[in-house]
Amino acid sequence: MSAGGVEALASEVRSGARSGREVVEESLGAIEDRNPDLAAFLRVMADEARAAADRVDAMVRAGDDPGPLAGVPVALKDNFCTRGVPTTCGSKILDGWRPPYSATVVRRLVDAGAVIVGKTNLDEFAMGSSTENSAFGATHNPHDPARVPGGSSGGSAAAVGADLVPLSFGSDTGGSIRQPASFCGVVGVKPTYGLVSRYGLVAFASSLDQIGPFGRSVRDAAVGLEVVAGHDPADSTSIHGDAPAVTPRLDEGVEGLRVGLVRELTGVDGLQPEVAQATSSAATALEAAGAIVDEVSVPSAAEALSAYYLLAPAEASSNLARFDGVRYGLRVDGDDVESMMAATRAAGFGAEVKRRIMLGTYALSAGYYDAYYGTAQRVRTLVIRDFDDVYRDHDVLLSPTSPTTAFALGERVDDPLAMYLSDVCTVPSNLSGHPAMNVPFGTDAAGLPIGVQVLAPALGEPVMFRVARAIELAALEGVSS
Amino acid sequence: MTGERITRDDVEHVARLARLALTDDEVALFSEQLSVILEHAARVSALPTEGVPPSTHPLPLRNVLRPDQVGPTLDRGEVLAQAPEAEDDRIRVPRIFGEEQ
Amino acid sequence: MSVEPVIGLEVHAELATATKLFCGCPNEFGAEANTNVCPVCLGLPGSLPVLNEKVVEYALRVGEAMHFTVPEESIFARKNYFYPDMPKDFQISQYEDPICVDGYLDVDGARIGVERAHIEEDTGKTTHVGGGGRIHDARHSLIDYNRAGVPLLEIVSRPDIRSAEQARGYAEQLRAVLTAIGVSDVKMEEGSMRIDANVSVRPEGSSELGTKVEVKNMNSLRSLTRAIDFEIQRQSDAWERGERIVQETRHWDEDDGRTHGMRSKEEAFDYRYFPEPDLVPVSPDAGMRDAVREAMPELPAARHRRLVEDWGITDHDAQVLVGNPALADYAERAVAALEGGSARDVVNWSTGDVLAHLNETGLSAEVLPLAPDGLAELVGLVADGTLSRNLAQDVLAEALTDGKRPERIVADRSLAQVSDEGELVTVLDALITENPDEVSRYREGDDKTRKKLRGFFMGQAMKATKGQGNPQLLNRLLDERLEARGEG
Ligand SMILES: [Mg+2]
Ligand SMILES: [Zn+2]
Repeated sequence: MSAGGVEALASEVRSGARSGREVVEESLGAIEDRNPDLAAFLRVMADEARAAADRVDAMVRAGDDPGPLAGVPVALKDNFCTRGVPTTCGSKILDGWRPPYSATVVRRLVDAGAVIVGKTNLDEFAMGSSTENSAFGATHNPHDPARVPGGSSGGSAAAVGADLVPLSFGSDTGGSIRQPASFCGVVGVKPTYGLVSRYGLVAFASSLDQIGPFGRSVRDAAVGLEVVAGHDPADSTSIHGDAPAVTPRLDEGVEGLRVGLVRELTGVDGLQPEVAQATSSAATALEAAGAIVDEVSVPSAAEALSAYYLLAPAEASSNLARFDGVRYGLRVDGDDVESMMAATRAAGFGAEVKRRIMLGTYALSAGYYDAYYGTAQRVRTLVIRDFDDVYRDHDVLLSPTSPTTAFALGERVDDPLAMYLSDVCTVPSNLSGHPAMNVPFGTDAAGLPIGVQVLAPALGEPVMFRVARAIELAALEGVSS
Repeated sequence: MTGERITRDDVEHVARLARLALTDDEVALFSEQLSVILEHAARVSALPTEGVPPSTHPLPLRNVLRPDQVGPTLDRGEVLAQAPEAEDDRIRVPRIFGEEQ
Repeated sequence: MSVEPVIGLEVHAELATATKLFCGCPNEFGAEANTNVCPVCLGLPGSLPVLNEKVVEYALRVGEAMHFTVPEESIFARKNYFYPDMPKDFQISQYEDPICVDGYLDVDGARIGVERAHIEEDTGKTTHVGGGGRIHDARHSLIDYNRAGVPLLEIVSRPDIRSAEQARGYAEQLRAVLTAIGVSDVKMEEGSMRIDANVSVRPEGSSELGTKVEVKNMNSLRSLTRAIDFEIQRQSDAWERGERIVQETRHWDEDDGRTHGMRSKEEAFDYRYFPEPDLVPVSPDAGMRDAVREAMPELPAARHRRLVEDWGITDHDAQVLVGNPALADYAERAVAALEGGSARDVVNWSTGDVLAHLNETGLSAEVLPLAPDGLAELVGLVADGTLSRNLAQDVLAEALTDGKRPERIVADRSLAQVSDEGELVTVLDALITENPDEVSRYREGDDKTRKKLRGFFMGQAMKATKGQGNPQLLNRLLDERLEARGEG
């Protein structure tokens, strides 16, 4: 769409060199061409997008500044509330629901001049790692249509990976931005918990959910993040004060930065050798660029996944209680209100959502709370402490994003535990609330993208992006191959 | 808690708590799958968590409050239009058994 | 062996904030259905709660007033259960870490322990259609979410109450405190104060607790007393017959004057409480607490003491005033405006005619058309002899209704008492002349006859002065004339 990335595209539109309308038509055209095969979008908002682009152009003509994302086509995961536009969460239970309000992130994007072109596919209620759990069919990986794009933000990752839009957004509860970014060969960021408002993001697990951008470059992702980050009084867990600026220091290099390679995450079961190789090549590249790299231990990181699969379903079981057929969405009739609710939920939720509701309800129920939920929360404390320890003498950490490259469609759908294990490297940062991001780094023998994960302490986005940028440069120079 | 099997009764009890009408097949499948997943999840008890305080939250925030000021409300028509059934400006549901809390 | 009742009360008081607990929707009673709603209180997907600072302030006020300890940190929790009037199908409440713990309330010399007070959100309002509005017979139900998310403070007493009368005293005292500190309207009829009672019985002298029964659905203090009395009797009878008392929830039926067991549910409640991840802990710091302490209004007990001491009124009158803080404020303002008469006069009128008028009209003293200095004016008119008590009563009735100043009414209706001696002498002299028979019968009669005839002359004199003759003066002047035998 623009070889120069999001900033160049926006500045062309702001200067009037290109019209927003022309840019959006290009994106809509690409979607029309490729979406039938990819199924990245659940809904293309062509009319709304054209109208939004025209408003941007009118501002430009009037001499007003539409903002840093002027005319930039943006795709949103379909668990972001968009006023008046159906928001499905990939579920039948929200059938026909049009939210009467927009998420804070959506309003910030529109205020920055972005043009929302559509809502992207996801695992139902963001529960999954392959986007196969969508009630509306799976999304395909743009690099190989027989493979999954990862998940749960698979549609947003595929949309950027297939060059349908330069920028998209997703949500990450246990890796749902980073893992699909890795599978689709794009940059994907899970910011510090509380950096981006969750108001209007349909909750999966409230204490873990975080919104973040997908971009084709580290810089594009940084620009996207800067637009949506910052305090929101509508979210009690939103961080107060100014969001850290990322773009100004992006190209400062990594000279003298201390990078730790996380032993527990580089040695996980089932790690694909090419992924292990890529991670260590990335570390070598950083060393070559002047960073000090060593191996570190985050002892509880391996158990983080177990804690995650108690905490996230527990919160989800409560967050998803409201889908009961009373106020919006699907209703399946019943003799009394209790059977109406049970029938509605049975018909409206897919297997994975039911499984997690069951798991979470069980983990919270009388007699099991302390053993399951209570212990998982204590493990969460240990994870936070372990990270705090390593960050005392490290600026960032490094690991694979996913143990493998994109797996085949259908390969893991019948084995929930195997599916869950693909989040092993990403989950620890959700438990700790720390930022982490995926940077593409080479491909495997089948030509599928490999991703490297950069992890940083809370609000460590500026240094995390600098390191990601250095890895990106190394990849461009062919160090990864 | 390790090695605990989730029985069909457990699954049925939890399904009732969660308002999920499960088929027999689902009950069987979930009792199998939940057992496997919980066995893995039970690894949390392998860590030395005694005396460790629980973390509910990754942020140390306190006292996030809003002023007691009236804000915008939704249009009733828009709210009722979303409801599966409405009557007399209210949302209609089938009869209710069981008590209010 | 006789049994002793053991009672604890759970009171839900709606807090009188401008907006709801977690959103900016108006917190008002009686709005059109489903108009005070937004994404947050409707529990729409993606919406998030933000705590109203006024609610914390009010809870801390209650903490001060009821001698609670306020822990370093209080935490919100989700109470999970499905009910259609609860938009999220969980209630945000406080569970293990409430904002107030371990307080007490003194009720007629007895100290009733109060275990905790915690903040939680109210539910919507369900109307059952068909089947006479009863829940189990209804065809379907309709829900209005205006009340969903209204802030509640749940105040849980210890099982320290021993009789229905004492339960009522506790509820009255609690109501007086909550009103005095301005945190709640506490109107049981409007549902802004709801009381559940936990009742059990045990052998006299035992320190163990019996099986408790939760009694719900009382919507006045009278039904609270009746329900508890009924329940104590029912349990005592069962106990004497050697029957086991079942732990259950029973509903009070105002019409048949009995409690009824609810249809027992198959599944036990399992609320799956866990900390609310969308909210952060509340840690009232020294600044917040000091601000609350400084802004604390006078508490009922202190006000009672002050009124008795400063005004010399009876305990009973002080209690009536303290029990109706708006009326007490009204009386205090009237006393401040006095130019003649005493504080006791003000109190007599306030607890008499004014209170009767308030009860009749259902008004609060704050909105009376007659300003407090109008009552002071009336007291002055009686004190300086312008109005008799009877006339003053008429004048007050009019003033309370239309807000007209007493002096204005007196002038408009030419009501001022006739205290001009010359005018009254003329009236009396004419009477004496016109009724010579009665005069002689008076002079010759026994005490009984004299008393009767005296009444006759006073009546005639009042008639002649249109009831405005100063009675004391008329009495003296009549005496002088009737006893003046020599002139006969
Ligand atoms: Mg309660
Ligand atoms: Zn609201």
